[in-house]
Amino acid sequence: MATAEKYVGGGVPRKEDPKLLTGQGQFLEGLTLPGMLHAALVRSPHGSARIDSVDVSAAAAADGVVAAYSGADLADEWAAGLPMAWPVTDDIRIPDHWPVAQDVARYVGDAVAVVVATSRNAALDAAELVEVDYEVLDAVVDVEAAVADGAPRVHESFDDNKSYTWALTNGEVDEAFAKADVVVKERYTQPRLIPNAMEPRAVVAQPVPSTGDFTVWSTTQIPHVAKVLFALTLGIPESQIRVIAPSDVGGGFGSKLNVYAEEALCIALARRLGKPVKWVAGRSEGYLATIHGRDQVQEIEIAATSDGDILGYRVHILAAMGAYLQLVAPGVPLLGAFLYCGCYGGEAYHFECTGVFTNTTPTDAYRGAGRPEATYAIERAIDSLAREVGVDPAEIRRRNFLPAGDMVQSPGGLAFDSADYEPALDRALELLDYDGFRSDQAERREGGGSRQIGVGFSSYVEICGLAPSQVLASLKYAAGGWDAATVRMLPTGKAEVVTGSSPHGQGHVTSWSQIAADALGIPYEDVTVLHGDTHVAPHGMNTYGSRSLAVAGVAVHNACDRVVDKARGLAAHLLEVAPEDLEYEAGIFSVKGVPDRTKSMPELAFAAWTAHSLPEDSEPGLEASCVYDPPNFTFPFGTHVAVVEVDTETGAVDLVRYIAVDDCGPVINPVIVDGQVHGGVAQGIAAALYEEATYAEDGTLETSSMVNYLVPSAAEFPSFETDRTVTPSTSNPMGVKGIGEAGTIGSAPAVINAIVDALSHLGVTDVPMPASPERVWRAIQAAQGGEA
Amino acid sequence: MIPASFDYERASSLDEALSLLAAGGEDARPLAGGHSLLPLMRLRLARPSLLVDIGGIDELRGVRDDGDSVTIGALTTHHEVAGAAALTGGSGLIAKVAEGIGDPQVRHRGTLGGSVAHADPASDLPAALLALDAEVTLAGPGGTRSVAAADFFVGPFMSAADDGEIVTGVRVPKREGWGSAYQKFQRRAQDWAIVGVAAVVNWTDSGIAGAAIGLTNMGGTPLRAHAVEAALTGTSEKAQILAAVSKVSELETPPADENASSEYRLHLAQVLIARAVAEAAGCPGMQR
Repeated sequence: MATAEKYVGGGVPRKEDPKLLTGQGQFLEGLTLPGMLHAALVRSPHGSARIDSVDVSAAAAADGVVAAYSGADLADEWAAGLPMAWPVTDDIRIPDHWPVAQDVARYVGDAVAVVVATSRNAALDAAELVEVDYEVLDAVVDVEAAVADGAPRVHESFDDNKSYTWALTNGEVDEAFAKADVVVKERYTQPRLIPNAMEPRAVVAQPVPSTGDFTVWSTTQIPHVAKVLFALTLGIPESQIRVIAPSDVGGGFGSKLNVYAEEALCIALARRLGKPVKWVAGRSEGYLATIHGRDQVQEIEIAATSDGDILGYRVHILAAMGAYLQLVAPGVPLLGAFLYCGCYGGEAYHFECTGVFTNTTPTDAYRGAGRPEATYAIERAIDSLAREVGVDPAEIRRRNFLPAGDMVQSPGGLAFDSADYEPALDRALELLDYDGFRSDQAERREGGGSRQIGVGFSSYVEICGLAPSQVLASLKYAAGGWDAATVRMLPTGKAEVVTGSSPHGQGHVTSWSQIAADALGIPYEDVTVLHGDTHVAPHGMNTYGSRSLAVAGVAVHNACDRVVDKARGLAAHLLEVAPEDLEYEAGIFSVKGVPDRTKSMPELAFAAWTAHSLPEDSEPGLEASCVYDPPNFTFPFGTHVAVVEVDTETGAVDLVRYIAVDDCGPVINPVIVDGQVHGGVAQGIAAALYEEATYAEDGTLETSSMVNYLVPSAAEFPSFETDRTVTPSTSNPMGVKGIGEAGTIGSAPAVINAIVDALSHLGVTDVPMPASPERVWRAIQAAQGGEA
Repeated sequence: MIPASFDYERASSLDEALSLLAAGGEDARPLAGGHSLLPLMRLRLARPSLLVDIGGIDELRGVRDDGDSVTIGALTTHHEVAGAAALTGGSGLIAKVAEGIGDPQVRHRGTLGGSVAHADPASDLPAALLALDAEVTLAGPGGTRSVAAADFFVGPFMSAADDGEIVTGVRVPKREGWGSAYQKFQRRAQDWAIVGVAAVVNWTDSGIAGAAIGLTNMGGTPLRAHAVEAALTGTSEKAQILAAVSKVSELETPPADENASSEYRLHLAQVLIARAVAEAAGCPGMQR
């Protein structure tokens, strides 16, 4: 199809942008319904506390208040606790998780009561009048402290704070380590991160008391999944719940890939009170009550020859789950479990992860989910190996890359499609001018000044296109990995694409329009994309894990092909030729050898609608659906390079250059891909240099607002330099892979490696994340023999 | 978060503002740019019963050149201060400091008077006012008065202003011929300083003839580093400056928080004083 190039691959402006840029976005906070009530939650100020009594009487009597309830008052509302869909082992410990705590509050922010009032202000004011008597218990907030003997238990019903241990072994690991010339062993901490979507979470639940139906608007990434889980949690037939993710959801990064207490609570309150109930998070409230990410302690060992050829890997992880198990939290480390060998070879691999309860906000999937952690560990450790064996860090990567090819077996156990790692590294080195950099660096070191420069590399491979349903079954994930699309030609020649993905900033409306416009041969403007409403788009597995294009986008592509197939039959009938006598290009069927005998897609759409003359066995309408279950994951890869200048007197790090060469296969829209890379890189750099959620020993979240949880702004970044190699995936007909998380996955280790490189002549080999000025300064002091 | 309920009045003159505040009692607060007070109210850490909006009082706005000194009205925004042509000589420090406060939005709404009245030991202007021996002018039910900056800041978020008094402005000596610098160390561009060093230096052919150093976020109030100043006077070489800055350890133990330990703050202060002095002296030989 000559027209295949028309929109796909072009940087058409995003359809989503005009309304967002002119303040016309339709976000959930703007939704008001007749008779709507507002909920405000009372949250525990203690990391661990027995709830002796909850007195809501003063709150209930306050102006504007309709009702106020304790957790015990609401206990009858729940058919089940909040859902957890990824029991990774048979013996995993799954605690009860009620939307409002009933006996014990287990983290600062655990809801203990709710007030419902006629305005949000009245609800917030009255929430301060709820009196709760707590018996404060010892809390444990650190993942290593939580597994120590005698640690306070987060859940008294369990013997200790371990939820599960999951392990994976490939090859003869002990043998590989026994014959190694060199073993490097490193320990890294992954700081706890707080996702910062631009739009805080919000929910509105509207009941129809006479029928028992509910419509639930939620700032969710997963309206279809949530619908099923709301039904199970609240005991409402799934057929009576409609879930709508508004047309604009302001970002998620995984934080809205969940089923939250407030969603279940608003539905329960709407059911009890017979009126719509709304809840909107404040920013600091969100810091307590929305999932956090990361919070792991990692030990990685690499066995290698004296030349730096890797033989084997051993990895042990402690992963904080927080106080309860949120939707997919136990599985997050598993998404990285196969990647602690990165894009490198070797003969043996062992991975083991223990999920641990702590008195903290629950963790769950945050941009990259398991893969940034894995990539950080291997990309830092391979630099240690390079230092140990005296090989250049770029060279040691090249030396250990898996061979180029398709379905290349990785020591981690997966077969990577479309592997070709050297060109991305080469391109990154070329953009950097590596030789020039090293000579500048030598000059700086010679000069002995307080501004030293360093370069850091990160060659990553990651896993997207979640996921083949059968593979998910083997990992004990409680849902499938398919997605769905319906493509419908309208009588006037326009097209509707109904997608099971649920965009919240990714630009699916634009990308799906490009795919459909090319396939159907109609203008991009003539494609409408419908999403996010379970009544409009009945099937979907939604948007997370960089899966949308490689699964839902392929479903759109396949559904378009089916529409074209049906149109071909109709065209043949109307042109009175056999279908195989037709050529199709740019939305026009023409009779081979008789190019002026044609039927266009709009003509066929109208003919299919009037249905005046159809082929035998054909039904009216021109529409097709596809539910696509991918045969394999996709494996995007790339090399990222960070250049830093470190002030050795203060420890301040200035990121001077950032180069990202990514391979996500063919690109639908380069503007969108660059945007994803920029945002992802910014989030990874944020982890490397700025962001860290910390708790006091009693469970108080110290970084409770953006004043001290340091989300960087554009002022903190250089202009990113992006480039691509294009190696199509063989796992789907479009060759696409996914790009939503690559930037976050690749960037943090590149930055820390660069800092270590800048200070290596001073003897520094490690700086923990985030590399605050004081941490960098202390690393220098320690390396110089001073006190750290 | 949403503030607790409060009343709101907008004053059209200083006298009206003072009588509204007097009538409002001890929980009434003046509101200027709102960049210190409103965040506290949103967190419900501040719960004023009445806000008296003084933003429309023109007599409190603007920069006036008084010859040897400059008078800056309380409602002058940081952006306006940063561009004030009257701030010459050592007083140029005030403009340099204002230029680096927050981000452009903050600088266009936040006011000098609000920042001074808030008395946050981490905010930048107080240290600069201290270094310049500036005076803070106040108006209250009993009339107007001036307080030396050194006496105005009495504790964290505590000033010498009485209930019912409004900061009307500051008077800053120009110190013609002196150079100035503000070294602000922070994690993100819009953050408060972890440590800030405001320096004015009288550099002559024979070296430093005089120096004044104000420190941001090194104590419960902005601090003057008098011992450092004394040790700097008469010096002319980098090594001497480095020796002088160690005297900063004679001040109170600096605070510790999530951005910096006391020890690191003390180290930073020494590095930054040396840099600020070299920059303010304008002598390339003294800079690194």
